[in-house]
Amino acid sequence: MVGSIKFENVRKTFITLEGEKVNALNGVDLEIEKGKFVCLIGPSGCGKSTMLRLLAGLDTPTEGTVYLSDKKITKAGSDRGLVFQAHNLFPWLNIYDNIAFGLKARGLFKQRHDDVSSYMELVGLKGFERSFPHQLSGGMCQRASLARALIGHPQALLLDEPLGALDAFTRMNMQDELLRIKKEQDMTMIMVTHDVDEAVYLADMIVVMTPRPAKIEKIINVGLSQPRDRNNPEFIRLRSQILKILDFAGKEQSPEYNI
Amino acid sequence: MKIIRPLLPLLSLVAAEIVAIAIPDSPLHQKAAHPYFAVLLLIVTAVYYIAAILNDRISKNKKEVKEHPIFYRAPFIAGTILFGNLLNIFTAKTALFPVLYFPSLDRVFGTLIEDRALIFKCIGFSLGILAKGVLGGLFVGFFTGLAVGFSKTAEYWINPIIRILGPIPSTAWIPILLVVFTEARSASAFIIGISVWFPTVVLTSSGIANVKNSYFEVSSTLGAGTLYKIFHIGVPAAMPSIFLGLFNGICGSFVALMTAEMIGAKYGIGWYVNWQKEMMAYANVYAGLIVIAVMFYLIITLLFKVRDRVLGWQKGVIKW
Repeated sequence: MVGSIKFENVRKTFITLEGEKVNALNGVDLEIEKGKFVCLIGPSGCGKSTMLRLLAGLDTPTEGTVYLSDKKITKAGSDRGLVFQAHNLFPWLNIYDNIAFGLKARGLFKQRHDDVSSYMELVGLKGFERSFPHQLSGGMCQRASLARALIGHPQALLLDEPLGALDAFTRMNMQDELLRIKKEQDMTMIMVTHDVDEAVYLADMIVVMTPRPAKIEKIINVGLSQPRDRNNPEFIRLRSQILKILDFAGKEQSPEYNI
Repeated sequence: MKIIRPLLPLLSLVAAEIVAIAIPDSPLHQKAAHPYFAVLLLIVTAVYYIAAILNDRISKNKKEVKEHPIFYRAPFIAGTILFGNLLNIFTAKTALFPVLYFPSLDRVFGTLIEDRALIFKCIGFSLGILAKGVLGGLFVGFFTGLAVGFSKTAEYWINPIIRILGPIPSTAWIPILLVVFTEARSASAFIIGISVWFPTVVLTSSGIANVKNSYFEVSSTLGAGTLYKIFHIGVPAAMPSIFLGLFNGICGSFVALMTAEMIGAKYGIGWYVNWQKEMMAYANVYAGLIVIAVMFYLIITLLFKVRDRVLGWQKGVIKW
């Protein structure tokens, strides 16, 4: 089942150790249709990770409500998969047991144990069943943690800068993998990222956020069809538009020489 | 050095045997029935060479990558024999050390042979108390640690108790225990149990408190319930710390054994050492201490083996 997501006037306030109140999210309204790939982008402190944590049910909003398929989210559950920037694989379990963790925790392992191998294959880790996380590269670990989140058939997959710790080539590789997986398993994907290129390359909808006060600045629907060409003029236009909103476009420079 | 290395134990042995046999004992020392020390050295050296060669053969057959070359331990064995030799010179041969407190090595090792029936009985008795105390202390300590690590209420109520009870020296318990327990053995086991309990609680709870919160968060999004999280995330993640507590606890238990066997014990290796000390029979005291050291060594070695098995995931940072 694919889930739709709705943020309704969501506000989140944290209290720091010094007793100060910090608004991590300022009255956010957002609707995400089911099956979309959405990227949340913005500088640190803009509340994008907070939105993901509220969605995952790891935090509760101070005000307002978050819905998954019209049901209010109150706590974490297996209907929303979560992948962090750090792979967070359990170091005491091998890759197979890591991926099987969710099934075992929910008592589904007996009837669905064949799934573990097929998900290992889906993320390209066949043959590494008995390896431990420390024996694999960062990219492979991130694939494993993706498989671990996917195996529970979540309605929505939440990705908190999942590719942030990877090198540039592995990263581009994994972006294509994500698109392939999304195609094979229909689900809503929501990804937090710092990388404008990544957002334009992947997303159907880009939510650009700004800090102080943390809020949604603009929602951009990407009209490009998949697969995308990073040199397409529309791609480049979208990228500069987002950079401009985020105030990172840089100063306009006069060309050094004329042709 | 390379050619001499395998011969080092042999050279050291020959030197020690010459001293032991050729030089007469000082008349101040009581004579032992047999030259136990000289025989023991022979046995140790022979066992070492046989073990080293066998080990090398086995790993060659298995085509294993060896951690150390054959005769890696040779200098150590040679050094140990040399140390024994020097002790022998300073005690039995020259009586340079006070004779009463430093009996000849022949008599120390002789005690182990001549008194073996009683010593074995004592070992059995002590192992019984140790097993009871260590297992009990570990069991209670582990679950108290879990409670303190996971529950704020348990932490609120139990933490002060741990801080008060933990540092109380085991001898201080004796008066209370004599009233509470009708049987001396239970009181002894309790003293050992408490010495294991304290480090186990502290290190279990701090191990749990240090588990990365994201592990718990990930497991919640994978659908794990509270109990499942405690036993499948908290416990394995805290296992290295729990083992540390167990090691400390076992060390403490051997220290506590002496105290534990002061109350109404009829046998036991701690009792044996205490009793012989009062009789000023220092050869027997040393023999008892050697037995305790060997017991401790064996138990810790066993524990290391268990740890390597359970915490295999910690080792080896081979990347590809």
